[in-house]
Amino acid sequence: MAKRPQPRFPEPHTEHFWEGAQQGELRYQRCNEDCGDPVVFYPRHHCPDCGSDDLDWHVSKGEGTVYTFSVVRQNRMPGFIDLGAYSVAYIDLDEGFRMMSSVVGVDDPTTEIQIGQRVRVEFEEQEEGDYPIPVFRPIEED
Amino acid sequence: MAQERQAAIVGIHEYPLRVAPGVSAMNVKVDSIRAALDDAGLKWSDIDAIYDAQDGEAGGGLQLAAYLGLRPTVLDTTQVGGSSYEFQAAHAMRDIAAGKCNVAVLSYGSTSASNRVAIGTGGRGGPATWATNMETPYGATLIANYAMVKQRHMFEYGTTDEQFAGISVATRHHAMRNPEAVKAMTDLQFVGVNEITPQDVLDSRIVADPLHLLECCMISDGGGAVIIASAEVARNCKKPPVWLIGAGEATKYRENGGDITTSAGAQSGPIAFGEAGVSPDEIDIAMIYDSFTITVAVCLEDLGFCPKGEIGAYVEGGRLAFDSGEGPALNTDGGGLSSNHPGMRGIFLLLEGARQLRGESTSQVPDAKLAVAHGNGGLLGGTHTGGTVILAKD
Repeated sequence: MAKRPQPRFPEPHTEHFWEGAQQGELRYQRCNEDCGDPVVFYPRHHCPDCGSDDLDWHVSKGEGTVYTFSVVRQNRMPGFIDLGAYSVAYIDLDEGFRMMSSVVGVDDPTTEIQIGQRVRVEFEEQEEGDYPIPVFRPIEED
Repeated sequence: MAQERQAAIVGIHEYPLRVAPGVSAMNVKVDSIRAALDDAGLKWSDIDAIYDAQDGEAGGGLQLAAYLGLRPTVLDTTQVGGSSYEFQAAHAMRDIAAGKCNVAVLSYGSTSASNRVAIGTGGRGGPATWATNMETPYGATLIANYAMVKQRHMFEYGTTDEQFAGISVATRHHAMRNPEAVKAMTDLQFVGVNEITPQDVLDSRIVADPLHLLECCMISDGGGAVIIASAEVARNCKKPPVWLIGAGEATKYRENGGDITTSAGAQSGPIAFGEAGVSPDEIDIAMIYDSFTITVAVCLEDLGFCPKGEIGAYVEGGRLAFDSGEGPALNTDGGGLSSNHPGMRGIFLLLEGARQLRGESTSQVPDAKLAVAHGNGGLLGGTHTGGTVILAKD
């Protein structure tokens, strides 16, 4: 089982996002003002486009596209030392937000991950801690 | 040129060692300040402005003034990672032009190598924040952040590993002519202290795809100091002044739908070149923060040396070497890749830029007149800063 570091609390901005992860929901915010860029992510108390604090939480369908990625071959941080090569990626979710995550479920991350690949979220249980971590798995195309 | 010439670099010193066990970062700072003052022909009590990136054991400008025993009229503690010194040089320019001070000191000291700090491959510590809580679970090392930019650049523009490797080849070419860089690579136990080929870079192991080991900077001890003075003071210094004629500052960060291959330099560069009244094609010396090859590639594009996405073709053929006859010459001291990177390299960009415009470089470009120093702080691809300073020969 994975041993990723857990989010730490109290941290008021991200609390609702991580409560969502516990319920299998990938949550993001939208600004209710009619501003130019209403999708807000990472979680905040204001809209970085217009400054409004009138935000609502929404649940993403969890599907998106790999914008870019790297495969980390060396990380001295506990929890990653024994993992072998693993991916780090930016995923563009279909609702319009970009999040850092990892693409999992491939035999060889150095050859089986591509920019533009379609991926779907899953919530990876961790060996320790209460928060499953949202990661992404390639969508099997028909 | 109609630009203002109100502030100049008048004294410089680069701490000679990259492995200095038993020496404190504060020792490195103070030794460098003393040597830079001597280089300028100024004395300790002439300093009336301190710019400090909150490095060293003392922890900040407040403590540094006490440690040095000075009562500056300007105390600036700008800390924006590796670009801190370009930001500070910009602020010193402004403060001197405004009459707030006459002799400004910038200093840096670090013992990253002796303390075995895993800058690129260690964990990212610190308190939980709105941003760290969203990223820490994924194990994105510092290098991975830069690697993701290279990956996207290769995808979007077709830039090749061989083209990126040309940046490492050029800086190593310069490093082999710089005795301090050769000693650095020797002391840090580089495998092969010699000129390298693009194939050597491609054959080195991958640290985080698609970045190879020889595309990554070293982790060293070291530091230095820069003295910036008013025109009036500069005229009476020992060495010819190196004028600060333009500066720009910017920050950039992860945004929904944003372009990761464009850095803060796209904002800071035009401001600096505009203020200086010069264009990139006039620049002889490009001192660009080479934490990794991708950093140089993106920053050269963003500063306007070539259009976005065309860096591959631009660097092919070895134009970045000091003796290519084409220019600009890149990081003629050997850069962070092959000479000196204790964590915040920005000060070395100013130091080597000044050496070139004085005619003191070990890879001297004949009659170099203009240099750009561009620092990149933080994480390219994530939250980062860009500080651009244009330097001119007297």
